[in-house]
Amino acid sequence: MSSNSVPTGKPVKTVDMHIGEAVPGCKKKDPILVVDGVSRTFGGLTAVDVEHLEVPRGAITALIGPNGAGKTTLFNLLTGFDKPDTGAWTFEGTPIGGKSAFKVARMGQVRTFQLTKALGLLTVMDNMLLGAKGQIGENIFRSLLPFLWRKQEAGNRVKALDLLTRFKLDAKKDDYAASLSGGQRKLLEMARALMSEPTLVMLDEPMAGVNPALTQSLLDHILNLKAEGMSVLFVEHDMHMVRHIADWVIVMAEGKVVAEGDPHEVMRNPAVIDAYLGQHHDEDLGEDPDAEKEHVGAIKELLDDEL
Amino acid sequence: MIDWGAIFSNAAVELISPTTAAYALAALGLAIHFGYTGLLNFGQAGFMALGAYGFAISTLSFGFPVWASVLVGVGASVVFALILGIPTLRLRADYLAIVTIAAAEIVRLLFTTNTFDALTGSANGLSGYKGGFADLNPIPEGTYGFGPFEYNAYDWWLRIVAWTIVVLACLFTWQIMRSPWGRVVKAIREDEDAVRALGKNVYSYKMQSLILGGVYGTIAGMIFILPRAVVPSNYQTSLTFFVYAILLLGGAATILGPVIGSMIFWVLLSFFSGFIARAVEAGWLPFMSSVQAGQLRFILVGVAIMLIVIYRPQGIFGNKKELAFVK
Repeated sequence: MSSNSVPTGKPVKTVDMHIGEAVPGCKKKDPILVVDGVSRTFGGLTAVDVEHLEVPRGAITALIGPNGAGKTTLFNLLTGFDKPDTGAWTFEGTPIGGKSAFKVARMGQVRTFQLTKALGLLTVMDNMLLGAKGQIGENIFRSLLPFLWRKQEAGNRVKALDLLTRFKLDAKKDDYAASLSGGQRKLLEMARALMSEPTLVMLDEPMAGVNPALTQSLLDHILNLKAEGMSVLFVEHDMHMVRHIADWVIVMAEGKVVAEGDPHEVMRNPAVIDAYLGQHHDEDLGEDPDAEKEHVGAIKELLDDEL
Repeated sequence: MIDWGAIFSNAAVELISPTTAAYALAALGLAIHFGYTGLLNFGQAGFMALGAYGFAISTLSFGFPVWASVLVGVGASVVFALILGIPTLRLRADYLAIVTIAAAEIVRLLFTTNTFDALTGSANGLSGYKGGFADLNPIPEGTYGFGPFEYNAYDWWLRIVAWTIVVLACLFTWQIMRSPWGRVVKAIREDEDAVRALGKNVYSYKMQSLILGGVYGTIAGMIFILPRAVVPSNYQTSLTFFVYAILLLGGAATILGPVIGSMIFWVLLSFFSGFIARAVEAGWLPFMSSVQAGQLRFILVGVAIMLIVIYRPQGIFGNKKELAFVK
């Protein structure tokens, strides 16, 4: 497929996607996912409270924010892995609020997990084949009649092998997924999600625990998704990566969307600096100076990047 | 001094006994539940009891023909699986374990209680339901076989039917487990959230697996009662654990494992009981009464199974490679 078109150097950014000012909850010209009034509380803690959010189509959108900002909770809500207290959202114009996870996935909104979920005691090939949609042989009665599904299975196998080759996992196809390294499992999870030909790919911390050598290849794969016309929404802590590949950045803090915009602009937004450093970063509160140093480091990195 | 010939021939008889077939089939059902889907069903004895009583009651109290009695038992176990599965399959795996172990006991106690004595025979159980099955026997009267395997026409008929069912169940299981259906089910065993994220209705697959394995258990329960009477105390929790022992012995996610495991289990059990009983008679174990000796065989079988699980944890047919990875 596009194994030759691996983007190198500076990726082409999609620009001019929003309508009006780039404020939290601003309208997009062509949204794929529209979220309205979603909230989720755990006891007394409001983990997510998003008034309005639109995710643009055909672009790579990053969802960032400090730890505990509610990014993963929002992910779980949007993919049906958790139920919101209030709220509704539409995917490609169809309301999917409250639908179960497997129905959401069937509609073309596929996710990966922060802690990789490779199916250890299945072979890499079986992991891939599982991703294919609409399999005839997955019905218990039709599974008894191999002639009904053998042809489709062969087709899926070709497709899986093609994807595995792109992700450089083809040599491993008959090994158990449990024998893969952490980074290879991330790749496998992404490749497996692609088997279902999704329209929106949601990646929860795709870079977490991946060694630097694999980072570049993972980045290229994410950029490839966009090149193939898919939309991507990802959660990430690595600011270099966000700046490098994201077309649009949504910043969450304490469950709310506090800023949105172009990756270069949004980092300068005072709300973002507040979110990372705390609103009282000028005052010495005398607690956890290490965490603050880390955040200062993150912001510095960003400014260095800029130069 | 000890009649070794009798010990060995009694043990060999167990190789093809209908009881061995029944345990093999019940263990194959558990292989579907536990080995392939990862469902912790500790209530296989309940499914077997439903098969036994479903068959016996519909024959004795309602005069149903054999095929209808079988259907009643199978229907009862499908309903039982639905009752167990609907509330628990959405929850974590351990909840199913708790619910199934309790439900199997409820089933057994319902069959034991005096309230339904007219139907169930309470603690005395039921007998006299074999006529319909015996009438289907095409084998002419007489005794056939060689060596220790010498039986009359009914016993041969029973063995042929029982093992034919086991073979068919093995083929059926083998076919669905190598199909895309089997792939989904095995993936659920590994991580159901990942499977859900790929657009599969995990709940429905778990339910199908629970029903299918439960029906195996039910048919096993019917085979189990054909060479004996229905006695409620046979369906205690220990029955489930014997079936689990057989499953682990043979290999949890295998087709032939439960069958060979059942053969080994019963041959060993018969061998030990024959050996110990005669050893006590011969005065080899002076510290033991013959009643104590009767229990010792279970201890020895337990030790044998422990040794196998320690030194060959994947079972006899399990794939060693699967154990190379600690979860």
